[in-house]
Amino acid sequence: MTELAATDPLPKPKRDIAPILLPVAVAVVMIPLIGSPSTWLTLTAASLAMGMMIFIMASGLTLVFGLMDVLNFGHGAFIAVGAYVATLVLAPFAASLQVDSLWMNLAVLAPAALLSMAVSGALGLIVERVLILPVYGQHLKQILMTTGGLIVAEQTLYAVWGPQIIPTPLPTSLRGSFILGDVAIAKYRVLAMLIGLAVFIAIQLVLNRTKLGLLIRAGVENREMVEALGYRIRRLFLGVFMTGSALAGLGGVMWALYREQVHASMSDDLTVLIFIVVIIGGLGSIGGCFIGAILVAMVANYGGFLVPKLALVSNILLMVAVLMWRPRGLYAVTSR
Amino acid sequence: MMILSGDPPRSRVLTLVLVVIILALVATPFLFPGAKALNVAAKICVFAALVASYDLLLGYTGSVSFAHTMFYGIGSYAIAIALYGMGPNWGAVATGIVIGLPLAALLALAIGLFSLRVAAIFFAMITLAVASAFQVLASQLSWLTGGEDGRSFQLPELLRPGTVLISKSVLGFEVNGRILTYYLVFAVSALMILALLRVVNSPFGRVLQAIRENRFRAEALGFRTVFHLSYANCLAALVAAGAGILNALWLRYAGPDTSLSFSIMLDILLMVVIGGMGTIYGAIIGATIFILAQNYLQSLMGIASKAASEAGLPLLPGLLHPDRWLLWLGLLFIASVYFFPTGVVGRLRNVGGDKSAGGSH
Repeated sequence: MTELAATDPLPKPKRDIAPILLPVAVAVVMIPLIGSPSTWLTLTAASLAMGMMIFIMASGLTLVFGLMDVLNFGHGAFIAVGAYVATLVLAPFAASLQVDSLWMNLAVLAPAALLSMAVSGALGLIVERVLILPVYGQHLKQILMTTGGLIVAEQTLYAVWGPQIIPTPLPTSLRGSFILGDVAIAKYRVLAMLIGLAVFIAIQLVLNRTKLGLLIRAGVENREMVEALGYRIRRLFLGVFMTGSALAGLGGVMWALYREQVHASMSDDLTVLIFIVVIIGGLGSIGGCFIGAILVAMVANYGGFLVPKLALVSNILLMVAVLMWRPRGLYAVTSR
Repeated sequence: MMILSGDPPRSRVLTLVLVVIILALVATPFLFPGAKALNVAAKICVFAALVASYDLLLGYTGSVSFAHTMFYGIGSYAIAIALYGMGPNWGAVATGIVIGLPLAALLALAIGLFSLRVAAIFFAMITLAVASAFQVLASQLSWLTGGEDGRSFQLPELLRPGTVLISKSVLGFEVNGRILTYYLVFAVSALMILALLRVVNSPFGRVLQAIRENRFRAEALGFRTVFHLSYANCLAALVAAGAGILNALWLRYAGPDTSLSFSIMLDILLMVVIGGMGTIYGAIIGATIFILAQNYLQSLMGIASKAASEAGLPLLPGLLHPDRWLLWLGLLFIASVYFFPTGVVGRLRNVGGDKSAGGSH
């Protein structure tokens, strides 16, 4: 063992960069397979945009699991609620969404997104207090309770909004694509990428640069110890849960605009997708979740282009492959 | 006692309820004439077996699987495709069984070996993902499965409604192929439930419960937990596929909505939790309550909804709409997980039965 002088920086743990290189490697391998570079660029941009949206939805789920060992099977409900609440703003202001001015459009979109986040966050508060609080530490009951919550939330959405699909057309200024040479990148995808990246950076900054983040990371590592130091980790967890729910709501709004429709069953399909992402990334890891989301989106986009038939099971194959490589996900954060 | 594998209901009220349910199921063709009653009874039989097999997983090993409808669907589709492709004969029925059951068991083994090895919580998520992929696959391979429309088929001569076995003049009512099919469904379901009762009361079943209570300790005692869990998974899949076969035979149809959809999975969860996890008997109670509610509660809700909308109340008509019955069962589900986690069976055992036996926690 080498002696360390007091002024020396602490030895840093080795950075594990193999998972980061994975999506890059996938993208590079795809260049010759796809052939045309312009198609490849378009597909890559599409994957990144879709990956960012999935990341926004999945980030809350993975943090909640990592911090409090709670697996929320009803996470999809927040996504659907967010999307439905956004229609409350988007529908009355449909006229200003038709105007071809980015600022006018954003002036409607931003309040819609904020309202969705507020409502899903508030719903997160209720769900945590009513459904999850009584069953802390009991995985089986958590799964059952949150699944029950998903059923109730979905049925309530049907009861309030009716079973029909609600169209959410994209604002005029976000339609169409940026054309660079012979590469076309949809404008909305650029926006989605920007928002996703902003959320990722914000989460990383909070987790790594603030005291709050320090407590959250310490809680993921060893909950009892943080509690023993006198911090009320339950309250911390409630905050994380609400933030995660709000982010799911934001993701729901973005997904609704991406698909240009809202339906209560969207929560079912997306739940499966975000579970796969969270498993691939390693439960509790934000970085892993980010990479996992991009990988899932890449497989969906590249796979859909190359072998459309395979797209149905591609996510499962991806998950199997990743778990063969690292049985606990790309980044194993928790010891559970 | 032998037939119940030494695991009686252990509660007088529960015994009474079970006897009433079983007698009612036996007598349905004669007591309640009409297609609807017979359909409801057949569905109760099929689901009792299906839910009991799910109870083997959820109640006895403590692992949550979301892929149970997949095995149910494999059974349904195997028999449907065989009878559709080979024509209505017994050879096709046998082919469907010979292909369907091993396929379900093999798939269960693959999923089990893959996901039971890693953290237990993965199992729930991975089964959910696999099941949803299978559902998409089934609706996409339309040349084989008939896609969203599913497959309708004809039954062998003996089981058709037109086949009169005992004419009305002999007993006062007609015994036809439909009633024979019903008794086939009833008998096979009953056999499967009794077999499950045997499994959970065997030394193997005790090991499963040990794993549920403390997996680490069970492993320390020298049990290969992955082997036991995979075995239980395969058994549950076999029974689920068997229930799927019965369901397809009864409906003369297999399609994504009747055998694969995620909502059936949720129904199974509701039934097993409301009935009582880890009891097998809970499956019979849960299936009966749920299916009676599904078939008869809806018309009640329709009346209530109409009354509410005539009274001009806001929101209530929507909440009471017959299609929203699942909302109320979802609330009941949450309440039952919260307030009586041992379900109806656990409740009855605690109230009326032998308290020292203590089947609940």
